[in-house]
Amino acid sequence: MNEQPAILRPETLLEEFKKIGVTHIITIPDSETNYLYELMEEQDWLDVIPVSREGESMSVALGLNVAGKIPVVLIQNTGMLESGDSIRGMALDTGFPLLMVVGYRGWTRKGKTPDSAATYTEPFLNAFRINYYLVEQNDDGPRISEAYEESVATKKPVVVLIGDEYHGWNR
Amino acid sequence: MIEAKKIFEAFQKHRDNAIVHVQGTSGYHWNDITTNPNRDINFDDAMGQSTSAVFGLALGLENEKIVHFDTEGALLMNLGVLASIAGKRPKNFVHFLLDNECYATTGGQPVPNAEYIDYAQMAAAAGYSSTYNFTNLEELTTSMEEIMNTEGPVFVAIKINPEIENLPMGLRENHHTRSILQTINDLRKELNIKS
Repeated sequence: MNEQPAILRPETLLEEFKKIGVTHIITIPDSETNYLYELMEEQDWLDVIPVSREGESMSVALGLNVAGKIPVVLIQNTGMLESGDSIRGMALDTGFPLLMVVGYRGWTRKGKTPDSAATYTEPFLNAFRINYYLVEQNDDGPRISEAYEESVATKKPVVVLIGDEYHGWNR
Repeated sequence: MIEAKKIFEAFQKHRDNAIVHVQGTSGYHWNDITTNPNRDINFDDAMGQSTSAVFGLALGLENEKIVHFDTEGALLMNLGVLASIAGKRPKNFVHFLLDNECYATTGGQPVPNAEYIDYAQMAAAAGYSSTYNFTNLEELTTSMEEIMNTEGPVFVAIKINPEIENLPMGLRENHHTRSILQTINDLRKELNIKS
């Protein structure tokens, strides 16, 4: 039995970003998002902002939001866990719409993972009272726009967890 | 060592229309000096993250001069931001660092290696376009026009006298005249940006 019937292509994320009107991606690349990174760099409508530590990403997004732009944060769950105080002070307290696309390292469809990064990802988001959606294949792509719309409506961060267990985003 | 208030007075003469962010205990003097509070913004928060937010503002408002008065305690908590800023080279960004060698807001305990760190050298090594180091008010005042006209990112490290607060937080005077959200909304209104 095929447990993951379709892959998640990087182009799917890019199409969603374009549909939303995203202007800036604030990111720390990782091995699984390398192709997506290269693809984003090729787009003239999108400005990619590499930062040094994930906690910076929410803060840079706040500044861009004040300037009237539409930023998206693209990081891995390990970095999100490290960013707790930035999420609190720079995103939740300031009350602006923020889509955070978070690579779900350690995620497994079997429900049991040896990776503590995955173990604590959803409890972390629940503790911060941040809603989240799981995206694991191309058909799930529209959830990205839905998550963004929810962030606009609630003026809060909303997370899209990328659970691409087998393929990464490298094609 | 320079009095922070004197630095803000020297800066004000060359501010023109710049958007200004200040932080730290010494930053409170700016409230008495600014003549354009609608162009002052406050991201006042912990862990050095204000600098990243001001960096984002600079990227989003390319046609505005953005000036940030940072502190060395905050910068040490988010030191990677120097590389992040240098990587995008925002031409409109001037980054002052008011270095009092201590955590003034928690009672004046020294920051790590307080006396010996050369922050301007760090910024230069990270890739800032121009960096300055000042311990003397006259030299700073003379250079202020050049600093404000230099293409960014510019980094200006200044040694200042600490203004230490020892009262429990609940007993301290609230120096903020507006909330964070109010400064954001006022700036957007000033720049005709929809929220």
